[in-house]
Amino acid sequence: MSPSVPIAIERLRYRVGDLPILNGVDITVTSPGITAIIGANGAGKSVLLRLIDGLLVPTSGTIRIGASAGSRPGTAFVFQRPGMVRASVAANVSLALAPLGLDAGERRERVRAALDHVGLGDRAGAPATRLSGGEQQRLALARAWARKPDLLLLDEPTANLDPASAQAIEELVASMARAGTKVVLVSHNLGQVMRLAEDVVVLADGLAVEHGPARSLLSSPRSPQARAYLAGELPWTSFAAHS
Amino acid sequence: MFQTLQDTLSRIAALDPEVIAIAGLSLRVSLSAVGLATLVGVPLGGLVAVASFRGRRAVVGLLNAAMGLPPVVIGLVLYLLLSRSGPFGGLGLLFTPSAMIAAQTILVVPLIAALTRQIVADAEDHLGEQLRSLGLGRVRRAAILIFDTRFSLVTAILAAFGRAISEIGAVLVVGGNIDGYTRTMTTAISLETQKGDLPLALALGIVLIAIVVAVSAVASLLRSYAMRAYG
Ligand SMILES: Nc1ncnc2c1ncn2[C@@H]1O[C@H](COP(=O)(O)OP(=O)(O)OP(=O)(O)O)[C@@H](O)[C@H]1O
Ligand SMILES: [Mg+2]
Repeated sequence: MSPSVPIAIERLRYRVGDLPILNGVDITVTSPGITAIIGANGAGKSVLLRLIDGLLVPTSGTIRIGASAGSRPGTAFVFQRPGMVRASVAANVSLALAPLGLDAGERRERVRAALDHVGLGDRAGAPATRLSGGEQQRLALARAWARKPDLLLLDEPTANLDPASAQAIEELVASMARAGTKVVLVSHNLGQVMRLAEDVVVLADGLAVEHGPARSLLSSPRSPQARAYLAGELPWTSFAAHS
Repeated sequence: MFQTLQDTLSRIAALDPEVIAIAGLSLRVSLSAVGLATLVGVPLGGLVAVASFRGRRAVVGLLNAAMGLPPVVIGLVLYLLLSRSGPFGGLGLLFTPSAMIAAQTILVVPLIAALTRQIVADAEDHLGEQLRSLGLGRVRRAAILIFDTRFSLVTAILAAFGRAISEIGAVLVVGGNIDGYTRTMTTAISLETQKGDLPLALALGIVLIAIVVAVSAVASLLRSYAMRAYG
């Protein structure tokens, strides 16, 4: 496995028309393992992941991934709402491998292993769009796993899962991180963040307002925004209180 | 009126060989045209849906507008191209079934391409980002989205078939309505009506409707069979 990927984000701005969404985000991640991003609904977490993946182009600022500039490491993105093609479960994993240039045997083997990994091995021939929401999310993770990415971006990967599946997914993500994949996890599940993440970034008001080790940040946040979020205050009420 | 209807029904019941030959030619021409147009129009529509290039909006507008091209004008332009003094006159295609197939292909390519573009663009809305994130190139993305929307595309192709088999202007101009050679259902109906043979015209009309209904039924069957096979 390749070594973990450092991420350097500098003065990252993103706006849609006149609407600012990110206002100069600075994040430097050097640690391997799992980095969590937390923040209220609409804070810009999903937008940030899309920018990291290259699906969106920053208005200004830079995102550097990997030690060497230039060659972009393999990235896999599990979306908040995973998209499936109207084809079999196995075909949906297989198409994710198409750009990798594997031979047919290797490709089949990876598909099989990936589906076994998420407990969908016996559903390989089933139509993917007919799977339940949670099963589709597991399939999305299998698709990411099969690509053996250096960087894995997860947008609330267990939001629709039952407790047992969520735990299975957490174990899978943790094992990928141990094997050297750098994971960026967006989650509203603070227990999960505590269990999985080494460090946590708090996104609020278009900025990374706080970044620190998971344990200390979650137990004693320094920024008012992080405190409000962790206390369960709604952002608009806390906004009113501050102004 | 009653007499006409009775004559009509007896013509159909007798399976008039002339009627069968005409129906066969109509089917052959329109199915060939729709087949060719599908090979061109579906990939074209899919690519326009996923591509981003300068003037894309104009291309989409053009495609949508071209859905409404008048058949008789397409026939006329093709006539000029294929006529003896035209650039393709040497091919000797004018007044042949091949010319009719060409005319109907040109007629329905924009229809198939425009509907495919819309259907694929809708699929791209919820699947496009996923596919781009996988690092799939444009052609692969178009192919996957076409596959994803295959059940809806059948309906678009059926609409094209309906337009092809029921048009008269293009086949009349480039085919010439030659008895036993380029006479189709629509040109025959028009001719028999003018001659006053209303039973025959009506019989042909009923057969034409039956063909359209039958083709659509077969397509629906295939579609629902495929959907069930999918799951
Ligand atoms: N293309 C766009 N056009 C307009 N607004 C957008 C666009 N993309 C994102 N936004 C806005 O940017 C903000 C951040 O969106 P984002 O999806 O990143 O939120 P999030 O932090 O992931 O929230 P959640 O926890 O609900 O998933 C939202 O207010 C959203 O409406
Ligand atoms: Mg989100």
